[in-house]
Amino acid sequence: MADVQTRPERRTSEARRAWEASGEPLLQIRGLEKHFPLQQGIVFKKTIGHVRAVDGVDLTVDRGETVGLVGESGCGKSTVSKLLVALERPTAGQIVYKGEDVSQMRGSALKDYRREVQMIFQDPYSSLNPRMTAGDIVAEGWSVHADVAPKKGRDRRIRDLLDRVGLNADYANRYPHQFSGGQRQRIGIARALAMSPELIVCDEPVSALDVSVQAQVMNLLEDLQKDLGLSYLFIAHDLSVVRHISHRVNVMYLGRIVETGTDADVYGHPSHPYTQALLSSVPVHEPALRGKGDRIILTGDVPSPANPPSGCRFRTRCWKAQDVCAQEDPELRDRGQGHPSACHFAEDHQVVPTETNPSPDVPA
Amino acid sequence: MNPPPGSSPAPAPDTRTAAPAGGGPVLEVEDLHVEFRSRGPVVTAVRGVSYSISPGETMAILGESGCGKSVSAQAIMGILDVPPAHITGAIRFEGRDMLTMAAEDQRKIRGPGVSMIFQDALSALNPVYSVGYQIGEMFRAHRGASKKEGRERAVELMDRVGIPAARQRVDDYPHQFSGGMRQRVMIAMALALDPKVLIADEPTTALDVTVQAQVMDLLQELQRETGMGLILITHDLGVVNEVADRVAVMYAGRVVETGTIDDVFTAPAHPYTRGLMSSIPLLEDKGNRLNPIVGAPPTLSNIPRGCSFHPRCPMARRATDGRDCATDGPVLREVAPGRRAECHYSEELLHG
Repeated sequence: MADVQTRPERRTSEARRAWEASGEPLLQIRGLEKHFPLQQGIVFKKTIGHVRAVDGVDLTVDRGETVGLVGESGCGKSTVSKLLVALERPTAGQIVYKGEDVSQMRGSALKDYRREVQMIFQDPYSSLNPRMTAGDIVAEGWSVHADVAPKKGRDRRIRDLLDRVGLNADYANRYPHQFSGGQRQRIGIARALAMSPELIVCDEPVSALDVSVQAQVMNLLEDLQKDLGLSYLFIAHDLSVVRHISHRVNVMYLGRIVETGTDADVYGHPSHPYTQALLSSVPVHEPALRGKGDRIILTGDVPSPANPPSGCRFRTRCWKAQDVCAQEDPELRDRGQGHPSACHFAEDHQVVPTETNPSPDVPA
Repeated sequence: MNPPPGSSPAPAPDTRTAAPAGGGPVLEVEDLHVEFRSRGPVVTAVRGVSYSISPGETMAILGESGCGKSVSAQAIMGILDVPPAHITGAIRFEGRDMLTMAAEDQRKIRGPGVSMIFQDALSALNPVYSVGYQIGEMFRAHRGASKKEGRERAVELMDRVGIPAARQRVDDYPHQFSGGMRQRVMIAMALALDPKVLIADEPTTALDVTVQAQVMDLLQELQRETGMGLILITHDLGVVNEVADRVAVMYAGRVVETGTIDDVFTAPAHPYTRGLMSSIPLLEDKGNRLNPIVGAPPTLSNIPRGCSFHPRCPMARRATDGRDCATDGPVLREVAPGRRAECHYSEELLHG
């Protein structure tokens, strides 16, 4: 399997050499924004506003690390993933990969970036071309990035890759409809691995799968990380899944990250009210813990990202909101809880019941 | 969540007269089989499923996709096309078999007797009618209400399921509502005639967790008010644990384990249930490596002989007395007081 990961290292720029010496994270996102214009009119299009899908996100991913990004639908987490794989151009902010700003990359530098940062999609049904065989799907990237796999040994590489993701290598000639959902997701993973990536953006990779198959795919992702030293940005809405797989977790709400920290920080000591509400809504699996946590039921819906509230974006649904929340946008920083949180009134409030502490704090 | 104001539930004289005999089950499903026969192989979706539901009780039907949990519910609602579907067995509502009764009588039960909410509210609602018109249709069709009365009732119901500004929103169309609000509209429709049994087919799967919590709370509150029986079809073990009284775990068209939630979730008596439980990551702990069930569920046109779970089962074997999981199918039997499982080795699972 050693030849599955051969990284062509031919181009080393000044910035990349400096990055290698500095020991900075693999990926740094700073102040990332993406605003989609809202247009009106058929012939004469007039921009009447912007959907602020991503509105100032900071994030880092280190080598060999899994960073979770969790949030509800419409919070902008999938837009972050599209910006990362350069499918969309950011409105503002920087994505710095190995010391280089992605928006400044051109030509072969951008091509290399696109090879090194791969993506796994949510829907294993629509993300595979039904007219291509599994083998062709896995090999497709090599028609652009021919240097990753020498022409000669490609059939062998395809078999190795399928084998690596737990599929029978003889299935290379089958078409996607002949596979189950879990197997298709494995093909998607093999396609990403074929590019010998460094970072894989996983956008809801297991949410379309049944629980038993979901666990198989998560184990596979963990094994691949251990063996190949991959980094993951793991985007999902399922809080338990994110906790299980991530080293660090970021909670997103309406285009912003509201809380970040290790899994133990965020789940064990959530300090942003939104994180607390989110965690307390998740039903627990053990009869002994049922009804033990105090449940925070949020009222109303997420405000429109085209017209987010002033100040703190969560204030319209927050039970702690005061005047200052409408005026001042709370920055994401540590207010004495040991990890950063974007709330003026951040305080540690344990909401997830555990066996050692079956009845967490009661809210003030 | 907005507390539903004290609007009185709509009276349902035509169904309340026939009370269930002595507080027994209001709905009983017995040995239900559903096959789909069209071109190609016969697809066996449900193979001998039995369960019952009493007033005020919540029963969860838990299983992965393709296990037959939704098809069995659709058979109860009579919304499967026959043919290609081929339904045998008995579905008794208040003692009367719905499968043998005339279509006209079945229609009288659907709505006031048994009603259903679906997973995807956007596709279950008609996009060209206002939500008020669709909710009011229940009253027009079953109670002979006028359009105006129907609309009034719709406003009451929307209020009751916690849709803010119901009177202003009654003439809005489904696409103008958010996912959670659409699910409330569907709940309002299902509850319009005060059903005795509500079947909720993955009611929160398409929703975010915070909205899921709102909707599940609403369902439980409405159940307490009306005393209806609730059949909750889901694949989410957490939801089952938090709201259900009893659970029936389904695999490949059969119920493989039933019992109270506490019994089943604390000590599963079927290897499939145990496998499901060790497949899920926990919220309260990062946990170690997950221990999933190997392989994938069988295709319903080609279900394994013997125990249908044996190709994936860590306990499947040929015993010294000649009993072989690959050929001798187990039957659903009582393995402990009040709980049943379909496995030769349940005692081994329960008592180590």
